[in-house]
Amino acid sequence: MSGHSTYEPKSGFTRWLDKRLPIVRLTHDSFVAYPTPRNLNYWWTFGAILSLCLVVQIVTGIVLAMHYVPHVDHAFDSVQRIKRDVPFGWLIQPIHAVGASMFFLAVYIHMFRGLYYGSYKAPREVLWILGCLIYALMVATGFLGYTLPWGQMSFWGATVITSILGAIPFVGEPIQTWIAGGAAIDQPTLNRFFSLHYLLPFVIAGVVVLHIWALHEVGQNNPAGIEVKSKADTVPFTPHATMKDLFATSIFLILFAVFVFYMPDALGHADNYIRANPVQTPPEIVPEWYLLPFYAILRAFDFNIGPIDSRTAGVIAMFASIGVLFVLPWLDTSSVRSMRYRPAARQFFLIFVVVSCVLGWCGGQSPGRVLTQAGDYSGTVRWAEGGQLIEQPIAAASEAEYPAASRAAVSAMRERTEMLLANNSPEGGVLRAVIGGTPRSLEVRADTREELDEKMSEAKRGAFSQGAPFILVDKNIPFEFTVTRLSQLMTAYYFFFFLVLLPLLGLIEKPNRVPDTIAKPVTGQAQGAS
Amino acid sequence: MLRAFSIAAFAAIAAVGVAFAANEGEHPENHPFSFDSPVGGYDMGAVQRGFQVYNQVCANCHALEHLAYRHLGEEGGPFAAYMVRNHETGAEEMTTTKPEHGGRFVDVTDNPYVRAIAEAATITDIDAATGQPTDRPGRISDYFRRPFPNDIAARASNGGASPPDLSVIVSARHGGADYVRSLLMGFTGETRGAQHVNRYFPGGLISMAPPLVDDAVSYEDGSPTTVAQYATDVATFLQWAADPHMEQRKRTGVIVLAFLLVLSALLYLAYKQVWRGESH
Repeated sequence: MSGHSTYEPKSGFTRWLDKRLPIVRLTHDSFVAYPTPRNLNYWWTFGAILSLCLVVQIVTGIVLAMHYVPHVDHAFDSVQRIKRDVPFGWLIQPIHAVGASMFFLAVYIHMFRGLYYGSYKAPREVLWILGCLIYALMVATGFLGYTLPWGQMSFWGATVITSILGAIPFVGEPIQTWIAGGAAIDQPTLNRFFSLHYLLPFVIAGVVVLHIWALHEVGQNNPAGIEVKSKADTVPFTPHATMKDLFATSIFLILFAVFVFYMPDALGHADNYIRANPVQTPPEIVPEWYLLPFYAILRAFDFNIGPIDSRTAGVIAMFASIGVLFVLPWLDTSSVRSMRYRPAARQFFLIFVVVSCVLGWCGGQSPGRVLTQAGDYSGTVRWAEGGQLIEQPIAAASEAEYPAASRAAVSAMRERTEMLLANNSPEGGVLRAVIGGTPRSLEVRADTREELDEKMSEAKRGAFSQGAPFILVDKNIPFEFTVTRLSQLMTAYYFFFFLVLLPLLGLIEKPNRVPDTIAKPVTGQAQGAS
Repeated sequence: MLRAFSIAAFAAIAAVGVAFAANEGEHPENHPFSFDSPVGGYDMGAVQRGFQVYNQVCANCHALEHLAYRHLGEEGGPFAAYMVRNHETGAEEMTTTKPEHGGRFVDVTDNPYVRAIAEAATITDIDAATGQPTDRPGRISDYFRRPFPNDIAARASNGGASPPDLSVIVSARHGGADYVRSLLMGFTGETRGAQHVNRYFPGGLISMAPPLVDDAVSYEDGSPTTVAQYATDVATFLQWAADPHMEQRKRTGVIVLAFLLVLSALLYLAYKQVWRGESH
């Protein structure tokens, strides 16, 4: 918090410097004497962890850029060369690749933390918005970086994402062409993506400075969600918060190292080890895990909304799902910050976390995958063994009279046999039927649609081999609950949470009693325990 | 509760990252490779034999474009040579088996095995005097000889299907080495037109004819000359080809993790010390 400075230069040099550039004073006030709420828990250590992630990505990225070749013919090979021949390339490349995932893991925890403890509420709106901006920049940087190895997933991911931009009404297609540098993803795309991927981390670093500046202006939020009122509520940043952050960072680095050294490829997609091939679409195109929830929201819209076609609706929803975070400070009407004291909101928040994870899962699945269905897949195959095949043209005087004539012919034939097939068209049709013979039928049941189709075609082959001229087929597909349906439910909750629950709950919920000061419950608890 | 729950949730998210494919092929057979465990290295005998099978069989159609001959003799490679003192005669002898302790690594430029392998290959180059294309014996700095000059030639010689490059094939397929090994053993002998039935290949039909038959490659170390053994050895070799620094990475990982664990313990104690007397 911006109080008066407690820094006192000790040596002649620091006194001299302090009069000219008070950088030591700034550092001292921001990271040493800076008062920190004493009740911060481990969820508050992710700010420090994220700073480290950014530094790791920039440092490894600069080294990688010295060896990487942004050319469609050489990019894939140059990444392999880095991993095989560049000294310590085998270590630096996986740190950068795994580091991206770790960065997102940490930022998601950091964001959920802010959401739960109401860190976006006044006076921290700007702090929160700057954070959202950093996150949006991270998404862009992560996407650009994933393109650079120029594997199949890089290429096709870039194709899908740029075509998403193309769905923006009116300005979409010129933007798509402008971003890709041409009609398709090619050398110009790779070149500019490399340039932007190098630029954006420094933009992020700049916004991080603003983020920290804003943080130090308004002070840290804390698990109780109440403002610091006296010196008793705080401890100095160094050594208290510093040591806790260092310990948590060290634990985080253990997880990081396990991935880097023992499963460097576990978070990526195998297809990205296949060189980009513009004429061969991979069987499935999925983004990296940290973008899967938004991918699920994009694909949840398989229906048109009035004049908005499904593709545009998906794109709007996807951008809105991030955009809604920016206006969150004005959506939540509750006067209590921390959900610790909001029993109802807390439950809905937990559901929200689960929903976000389920969306991530949905994003990685094939959208048509059936999760559960109401009843069996069944079908009936009917044919006649023996009998006589007759073909009878359906004749009508004019086109208008044709439907009636067709209906009459069919019902007349139905008097004589059930085995009939009408080939209708307004220009004239043919009625085929089998008279006599033994009617045969075969019931088929299956657990999946594919299995049903397979069993039915097998039954049809059997019927044809008995000389049946045609076969009647009834298929009964039960209601299927697919990944897309699940995504729709989850997407609905995602927006319901922000747009309905948070505004309403703040007005109707009766929060628990909030302590008067940060120190009170903390010190009281300690006395009770001892 | 919130804490435990969140950790579980994020673990679940991370697991989704291993995006699964709707693989129509049968699930590959799980083979206990030596490199499966977090501390397991390569069975270098298998890598050497696998190279032999690659060289005599696979190399007729499949390239290894990211590998140079020198890679075979670099530290961690299958033909890395070491000078070891023979305790009985006292003479220094060269071996490609990494000694338990001692032994001096022979620089790849002085490695006779790698040189012999490279020189056995015929490399098309530009003649320095005439500027015309010419054939010459390989050097250790050459990348592995490609069976076809380009993709069009590869397709033309293989009924329209281009044999994929094998240098990162293990990383590029779900199931990795298990998949490669199963695929090589998964031919049923049936054909559909020009295609062969393989129960591990997505779709079940593969353009590649069964490449391995019993006794096709003779081993000098007495290992069985069966399709199963060949498939295991080739899969091991290709795992090494895709990830040649794995042993070094795993060794470094042990040190890094040990360091981080000790550091975390010390930082925890320091943290407790700092906060002693401060209720929070």
